[in-house]
Amino acid sequence: MTKVTGHISAEEFLAQLRRYQKGSISRRQFLGVTGLGLATAVLSSAVPGFRPRKAHAALSGTVNFTTWPSYFAQENLDNFTKETGVKINVAVFGSNEEMLAKLQAGSTGWDVFVPTNYAISTYKELGLIEELDLKRLPNYDASTQEQRFTAEGVIDGKTYAVPKDWGTTGFVYNNKNITQNPTSWKEFFDLTQGPWTGRVMVHDYQLTTIGNALKYHGFSFNSNDEKELAEAEKLLIACKPHLFGINSDYKPSLISGDAWASVCWTGDATQLQRDMPEMKYVLAKEGGEIWSDFYAIPKGGQNVDAAYALIDYLLTPEINAKEVQAHGYPSTDSRTNKLVPKEMLENPILYPAAELLSPLEFGAAATLTNPLRAEIMARFKAA
Amino acid sequence: MQDYRHSRWITAALLAPAGVFFVFLLILPLVVVLVYSFGARAPAGGYEAAFTFDNYLNLPARGKAFFNTLTLAPLGTLLTAIAAFPVAYILALKTDPKWRVTLLVLIMAPFWTSQLLRYYAWIMLLGSKGIPSWLAYIGIADLRIINTPTAVLIGAVYGFLPLMVPPIYVSLEKLDKRLLEASADLGATPLRTFFQVTLPLALPGVATGSMLVFILLMGDYILPQYLGGGKVFFIGNALVDLFLQSRNWPYGAAVSVALVLIMFLTISLYMRFILSRTDKRRAALV
Repeated sequence: MTKVTGHISAEEFLAQLRRYQKGSISRRQFLGVTGLGLATAVLSSAVPGFRPRKAHAALSGTVNFTTWPSYFAQENLDNFTKETGVKINVAVFGSNEEMLAKLQAGSTGWDVFVPTNYAISTYKELGLIEELDLKRLPNYDASTQEQRFTAEGVIDGKTYAVPKDWGTTGFVYNNKNITQNPTSWKEFFDLTQGPWTGRVMVHDYQLTTIGNALKYHGFSFNSNDEKELAEAEKLLIACKPHLFGINSDYKPSLISGDAWASVCWTGDATQLQRDMPEMKYVLAKEGGEIWSDFYAIPKGGQNVDAAYALIDYLLTPEINAKEVQAHGYPSTDSRTNKLVPKEMLENPILYPAAELLSPLEFGAAATLTNPLRAEIMARFKAA
Repeated sequence: MQDYRHSRWITAALLAPAGVFFVFLLILPLVVVLVYSFGARAPAGGYEAAFTFDNYLNLPARGKAFFNTLTLAPLGTLLTAIAAFPVAYILALKTDPKWRVTLLVLIMAPFWTSQLLRYYAWIMLLGSKGIPSWLAYIGIADLRIINTPTAVLIGAVYGFLPLMVPPIYVSLEKLDKRLLEASADLGATPLRTFFQVTLPLALPGVATGSMLVFILLMGDYILPQYLGGGKVFFIGNALVDLFLQSRNWPYGAAVSVALVLIMFLTISLYMRFILSRTDKRRAALV
């Protein structure tokens, strides 16, 4: 209890009360900001039966939030800090492998992080994440979530991660420079070695980069077959001299015009198209990846109370709707979808046609941890 | 006798902090790296106890990274030295002493900003909307610099110049100006004086500066990552990948051991070469 709420003016109190009534802040935030929480806590702690549960204790300190680039609404994070007094320290990563490596190496200091569906079982097996206490996430409602996206957060009936949003992995191209109208991974990698030379980027992430090279040959995105992986490696190494770069943060190069095309996730395409209508997002006809991201709490977090508070805050439908509008990935929560503008719900980047969605595959746990895939990616980069 | 023992204790006490530092933060970690390099990758990544030479036998798989590092690091060092020498020369011999400190501080000024930010600035400068677009006005069209070895070399010269100038400056400043007069009096042309007197006497400074820059470049991964765009791949990048992506710690340890050995070898050879040269020159001058 380091943050002591100072005296609050009558106007400020009424303003906060109104926000609470409108539902734009939770009861806990209302109590925290007005100081009522502290007063009640002090009073009630004198009565044994009324000792506050830990989640309701006043929050303080910093919460270390590890996520992906441009994957949150800054406004939401600022408001969380304003309402709870908890500072948020954001770190962004390029791949689930990188996150896993950091957690495996130990003591990351993270409080909340954002793993993708196929990574969760590995984190659980290695004992790197906490089981979530859903009572501490009152704004999360499992029944309003789309089940196909949420299943992997629950292992043996225990919830280890709660869904954030979902998306696809396709490619984006600038149709001012590219006139071929590509629709497949075949065209993507073939044209890379021809007219697009020096202008194409792939992710610095084995799962997507190798997965899409496998799709070029018509193999499964998740293939761990040695022969099939060898063919994917051959394709990638042939493309290497023609690539502009290997980087999961590809938006800056597409915006500057240095790169014309890149392997791309849903939200980056939404964000790019907002300012540059010439950016076209393609879900390749051979298929590719569909995925969902989750919030999880790593073992050994320093500020577990604030971690729960932040996840709960971001999953509040009103707040989550603002998240969706900022990052451009569709929510898994039907309550949130009701609050998202109609044009987003009709945007084919966020909600692709059924025939494009059906060939997509969810990544598998073994695809992430396969040592051969890791080594192929490393060889491709070192080639 | 008493005094002698006393002073030995003082020496030991004075050396203790550095000694503890070296043992715990250099020797022991190196032993760990060495032990790991004979181990195996755990199924989900990390380290598993084993005794195998596989990691060392697999080193050729990073041959290109070793090659890139061993060509671009010396080249970058050489270019930095060539760029730094005239600056140091003018500062030490042609500048009014009252301006020297100010100018030296200005050379160091880039260090006041984070290296990462400065590389980001270079990404813009070397990207198609930067320098290449200006060059297009004078007829050099479609020049691509960013994410090429050239970009990495430009970044190396820019980033490490402030480390190269001061050592060269110091050795030139100490230079006895009477030697230059003597050389001129004996009929040497300015060019000959430069190559036979000034340059050899500045060599220790050049050697020190080059060592500083070379060692940093050999282990660098941020510069090739940012200005090479993941396409110009150094050993440093291979190590980052092995530890922070593919989680193959034993192989990473083997690559580290190889890098340390290569550094040790190149640096000792280089130092011997420089020392023998400077000694000879000095003997010739005396």
